[in-house]
Amino acid sequence: MIALVDCNNFYVSCERVFDPRLCGVPVVVLSNNDGCVIARSNEAKALGIPMGTPFFKVRDLVRRHGVRVFSSNYALYGDMSERVMLTLGEATPDVEVYSIDEAFVRLHASDEAAGLRRRVLRDTGIPTSIGVGPTKTLAKAANRFAKKRATCGVFDLSAGGDVDDLLADLPVADVWGIGRRWAAKLCAAGLPTARHLRDADDQWVRRHLNVTGLRTVHELRGIPCIPFEEMPVERKTVTCSRSFGEPVERLGPIREAVAHYAAQAAAKLRREGLAAAILRVFVTTKYYGEEPHRTGLYTLTLPRPTAFAPDLVRYAKLGLERAYRPGYAYRKAGVQLMGLSPADRVQGNLFVAADPRRQARLMAMMDRVNRRFGRGTLFLAAEGTGRSWAMRQARRSPRYTTRWDELALVRAA
Amino acid sequence: MASSFTKWELPLYLSLVHAGFPSPADDHLDRKLDLNDYLVRHPAATFFVRVQGRSMFPTLRHGDLLVVDRSLEPGNRDLVIVSAGGEVAVKRLVSTGGRRMLVSDRDGYPAIGPGGEDVAHWGVVTHAIRTFKP
Repeated sequence: MIALVDCNNFYVSCERVFDPRLCGVPVVVLSNNDGCVIARSNEAKALGIPMGTPFFKVRDLVRRHGVRVFSSNYALYGDMSERVMLTLGEATPDVEVYSIDEAFVRLHASDEAAGLRRRVLRDTGIPTSIGVGPTKTLAKAANRFAKKRATCGVFDLSAGGDVDDLLADLPVADVWGIGRRWAAKLCAAGLPTARHLRDADDQWVRRHLNVTGLRTVHELRGIPCIPFEEMPVERKTVTCSRSFGEPVERLGPIREAVAHYAAQAAAKLRREGLAAAILRVFVTTKYYGEEPHRTGLYTLTLPRPTAFAPDLVRYAKLGLERAYRPGYAYRKAGVQLMGLSPADRVQGNLFVAADPRRQARLMAMMDRVNRRFGRGTLFLAAEGTGRSWAMRQARRSPRYTTRWDELALVRAA
Repeated sequence: MASSFTKWELPLYLSLVHAGFPSPADDHLDRKLDLNDYLVRHPAATFFVRVQGRSMFPTLRHGDLLVVDRSLEPGNRDLVIVSAGGEVAVKRLVSTGGRRMLVSDRDGYPAIGPGGEDVAHWGVVTHAIRTFKP
């Protein structure tokens, strides 16, 4: 059985763990620059505040209903995400971190899902929805139902219920792996729901959606086709990872791999004109019964959102030092970039123009200064969307879990 | 994350400092003491918070740092963190004859009885850290 664990309104839930006054009231979280709404509590959704809407468009609504507004606090979200993923890693044999707030896990039995949900909530304070199914695609579909229908936060597609009816209720555009272009094509061909797609003719699918599409169709039929370690690219996360040919125990070779993945991920970011605010490194063994199993994760919040490869490589190496522990035969490592936002145009141009040798000297000098006076004392103007967005974070909550001077206060009165 | 906190590494009696990266055999050597090992049993569920107020005196003082483990079941006489009335608070859990009360250690501060206000358990305090000389 495969389960997709998805944190509910993740950024809002993170804020609520440390500030109970936010429970039961409408809350939204804004993107870098406090520009757009990127997370909403259920109460805020009920007020009709759309996802991604520019903040100024809902300012009146916010004022009228006393909506609580926060700047994004990536230090907090990154750390809480890591806690959720580590908890899943302890509780289940196999975890594939899919994005900042989603993970696929393998379950021995589907009735473990409820316990898993309770444990994540207890240990981290983050509520989740869990969809269970025989394939990743069906687990993902089940997750939608867990959010919409199930009151307990768990929906098991294999536990009774009419799968036909459920899939008939799922627009084909919402099927995992079906992009906007394919969805339009399918609708035009008279296949508007997941059920239609599942029952489509293999030949037709292969001709119109290629082999990847056919894989999705088979997954909808309950035949696992998307292996656990593979994942379609998702826009809110850039992941570069690979399984090693041979299990590796020593840090050296893993570090080389991770540096490479970080550089690749940076290139991906730049191609899409994005910058990342959170970097996560992971190393994992595979689950083979008796072999000691371990997933090491480390999540860093970057001083400024960046797509600058040397920085990302450096942070990835730093993260690996923390994620790695000796004594395990690692089979896979990877770098994930999250908290993505459009990069400044200036940034891209500077990369192209910069002289690598001078830049290296500059970086070394920066490193020395930052080591001495603290992270972020000096940063490249190239990273410099920073200047503006650093100032426009007027509503950020304390970094409760990553700064000694911003810890949550507990009242003794 | 607990692993990201400053590590206080105190050399015990290692006579050699290894350069390069540890081999798996290093696991069997004596290593520097790490307060994380002492204070944090469940890293993913462990949070640090700071005491504000004097209702738990003399057990806790204003400004004490608390290590809170959310994964533990609260037991009788445990120091617990709860969210109550929109605040996160530290109290002592006292169960008597199936009745659970949240009390302060210092006289003159109100206790929270069952069903009083909206109270939710947050975590169990496992350690307090007090600074005597910053």
